[in-house]
Amino acid sequence: MNFNELTAHEILDLLKSKKVTATEIYSSVSRAIEKRDPKIKGYVRTKTAFDESEYSGTTLQGIPISIKDNICIKDTPVTCSSHILEGFKPPYDATVIQRLRQAGASIIGQTNMDEFAFGSSTENSYYGPTKNPWDLSCVPGGSSGGSAAVVGGNEAIWSLGSDTGGSIRQPASFCGVVGMKPTYGLVSRFGLIAFASSLDQIGPITKDVRDNALLLSIIAGHDENDSTSANISIPDYTQAFTKDIEGLKIAVPKEYFIKGMEKDVESAIREARETLKKLGATFKEVSLPHTEYAVATYYIVATAEASSNLARFDGVEYGLRAFPEKSRRTPLIDMYEETRDKGFGNEAKRRMMLGTYSLSAGYYDAYYLRGQKVRTLIKNDFDKVFNEFDAVISPTAPTTAFKIGEKASDPLSMYLSDIYTISANLAGIPALSLPCGFSKNNLPVGLQIMSKPFNEEMIYRIAYRYEQSTDWHKRKVSL
Amino acid sequence: MKTFETVIGLEVHLQLKTKTKIFCGCANTFGNEPNTQTCPVCLGLPGSLPVLNKMALYNTIKAAMALNCQVNPLIKFDRKNYYYPDLPKGYQISQNSLPIASDGHIFIGNQKNPNRIGIKRTHLEEDAGKLIHDPQTNCTLVDYNRTGTPLIEIVSDPGLHSPEEAHDYLTTLKLILQYLDISDCDMEKGSLRCDANVSLREKGQTPLGTKVEIKNLNSFKAVKSALEFEQERQQAMLESGERITQETRLWNDEKGITSSMRSKEEAHDYRYFPEPDLVPFVVEQTMIEEIRGSLPELPHQKLGRFRKDYALSDYDAQILIQDKSVANFFEECTKIYPHTKKICNWIIGPLLQELNTRKVEIKNLSLTPKNLTLLIASVEKGVISNLAAKDIFPAMIDTGQSADEIISKKGLAQISDESALIKIIDDVLKENPSVVEQIKQGKESAMGFLVGQSMKKSQGKANPKILGDIIKRRLANG
Repeated sequence: MNFNELTAHEILDLLKSKKVTATEIYSSVSRAIEKRDPKIKGYVRTKTAFDESEYSGTTLQGIPISIKDNICIKDTPVTCSSHILEGFKPPYDATVIQRLRQAGASIIGQTNMDEFAFGSSTENSYYGPTKNPWDLSCVPGGSSGGSAAVVGGNEAIWSLGSDTGGSIRQPASFCGVVGMKPTYGLVSRFGLIAFASSLDQIGPITKDVRDNALLLSIIAGHDENDSTSANISIPDYTQAFTKDIEGLKIAVPKEYFIKGMEKDVESAIREARETLKKLGATFKEVSLPHTEYAVATYYIVATAEASSNLARFDGVEYGLRAFPEKSRRTPLIDMYEETRDKGFGNEAKRRMMLGTYSLSAGYYDAYYLRGQKVRTLIKNDFDKVFNEFDAVISPTAPTTAFKIGEKASDPLSMYLSDIYTISANLAGIPALSLPCGFSKNNLPVGLQIMSKPFNEEMIYRIAYRYEQSTDWHKRKVSL
Repeated sequence: MKTFETVIGLEVHLQLKTKTKIFCGCANTFGNEPNTQTCPVCLGLPGSLPVLNKMALYNTIKAAMALNCQVNPLIKFDRKNYYYPDLPKGYQISQNSLPIASDGHIFIGNQKNPNRIGIKRTHLEEDAGKLIHDPQTNCTLVDYNRTGTPLIEIVSDPGLHSPEEAHDYLTTLKLILQYLDISDCDMEKGSLRCDANVSLREKGQTPLGTKVEIKNLNSFKAVKSALEFEQERQQAMLESGERITQETRLWNDEKGITSSMRSKEEAHDYRYFPEPDLVPFVVEQTMIEEIRGSLPELPHQKLGRFRKDYALSDYDAQILIQDKSVANFFEECTKIYPHTKKICNWIIGPLLQELNTRKVEIKNLSLTPKNLTLLIASVEKGVISNLAAKDIFPAMIDTGQSADEIISKKGLAQISDESALIKIIDDVLKENPSVVEQIKQGKESAMGFLVGQSMKKSQGKANPKILGDIIKRRLANG
């Protein structure tokens, strides 16, 4: 049996009935990494040592997990796939890592990403691009492309990603896996190296909906170390699966069905809608009138915060420190300039410049402040819809996975691949992507389900019922 | 010739002495080994997040209330972005658009001519680290122990019109802050810092002139001197028709001059924006009431009470209240001994002198209110002379012993025994026949000389009143 292809809940069943040992599971995934990762290149670092006894008596008994390379793991290099963090080893565990350890997960490796989560293809990585397991000439999406690719490629059981504008959902869609961006404040950000603090959330990337709910139940919950973390009690999300979806009201935003959407995506979504209808849900077209401003708003707010969040990478305390061959200014300025010039890739520089510009004196009101106002309008759009509807569905991305290099030189078209996912971050609402079909080229299509803040249960309920009546999630890549 | 008016505004930074730092659990203490008081949060390590220390907020509100400011019901923080090695995140968490409190005032000057100085705002922020230049390696080293120390910034209106007023404002402000017991208020240790903005305008004009900011002011005296220098410099420029350039200047205490540090063009664009890692905090009315209730008696209130309750002069009361613990000591004494004026004289005289020469605070002296009042009582009862009392006072402070213990040990008890005194006086009269003659011829002022000589012979132990009586008697008889 190829244990690496199993879900965590399937493994848990086997472990309970003693049909397999945790060591066998770990070795199976390790072997898969050895065999598959040279092709997929989803990992930036892996660990082979595993001692089953460390996990005895825990919930997860050592089931391995992979972690996006922007989440701090104590005494382990964490780089955000950037040269500038070379050599940096955080002296502490992120809160989600602490919770995973408590639950008995073993960290098998850290996954590739767009540098500092800036991108939608995992091409902007200091370590080079990750490949889509369904078609190695395609991107896995991004920025959590490594996490989605290793789960989709069955060289991981499950993984944690982070989502600032779609960075969990879009790669989940491209790699045929389930990805959840929780409500802002549900999962602690302590230990997540910030891209845009008011938008970032850590979330699970898994092979099916049950695993997703299981993993979220472990990592979610109030954290005193994160002032933006919500002080609410966390339900067992798998309980949502007991309810059917008869009579649920689902909204379909008309603004999301636009030119530029791939035909195969459109038809997969249409079919998904029919499936949900058969399960008893009712549908209505609604308007989210400020949708057209989402991408622009996002690139103002997110880059502004990023420009400030990334200021700390200056060569003083940790990471890369570089000096020019010939001094240009003072030694200090020389160090700042050279370190940041050598340490950051082009997309990081582009976004920091954008953000610095929009926060500058004289531009703040016209850009950042206005951006925040539009953000409120976008949130109000959703609030209105959720007054009447249980959920909103849409495609996760307008296209299936695109070719490596196809959009690399055209940032704007790259930015548009997050057009359906960005609004959920701006509004702070939960959103999940799950497989809902394949294109003619055998590339996965993702269905996005959104609901009101802290109503992850509703999303899981719909997603689970949908998944049970389809078999998209059972398709496996052949490498 | 044109006459000019000086306009000064002061920015005071005050480190709060909370147990822990503003956004993390690190101890907030001064003078430890470099970089021993740090954690991922105050080091600004990637992934770390700030959590507001409620005590820092509480004490800032306390300060704001004592300065008569309006406390804003919603507290939010902003990021002030700039690069410097002592700032590990590349931004300082501060407050820009919505300070904790605004629109306050304090009164300077005396009670007859109170001068109301407006306080524009009071806000809370984090302190930066410290750079140390190492001459051996020619490197600059960074100590992050100070990073994240809670810092209050108090900004005055441009409502001060002379270096003296600025000095007066600082003294008054510092006293208020000391009464609140929220900071060491020690300029030498950097727990209190001050930057000054100064401009000149033609008398009668309303618009402000071009201002210059002065930094590196390490004492109140430096503030005054720097402002005096800057006032003269600007006046000379204006008189010769030159324009003042808006800039930041550094005060050089040794040379007694200011020099340009950076021009307005070189000034930072701090790119303030709301700190997304801290949620806005609503200050509940109950919290406001609680803090209001916890406010101690403030200097001007104590002054009024001392004048009224202890019938002290404005001058005496002013001196007593300059140090809260001295004022408390005074009050403790009055509970034991009723002569408030005598106690006051002893405190503002010998006691303050001892504190000054010893450079200590009253709380560090082993002198108790009880011992001071016993000493005063001994003088009043005639057990010892005033002179002897002043003589043994330092010994009381040195040893912590009572006056009685020292008097008996040193044999300083006053000689009131007549027979002993008569012997001394007779000797003095014999030795100074010409003086005796002068007195007999009516020059009574020479009496003092004889009393002095007799006192000297008794080694200061003679009771001066009895001494005088005996001399008069002997002369009348002789």
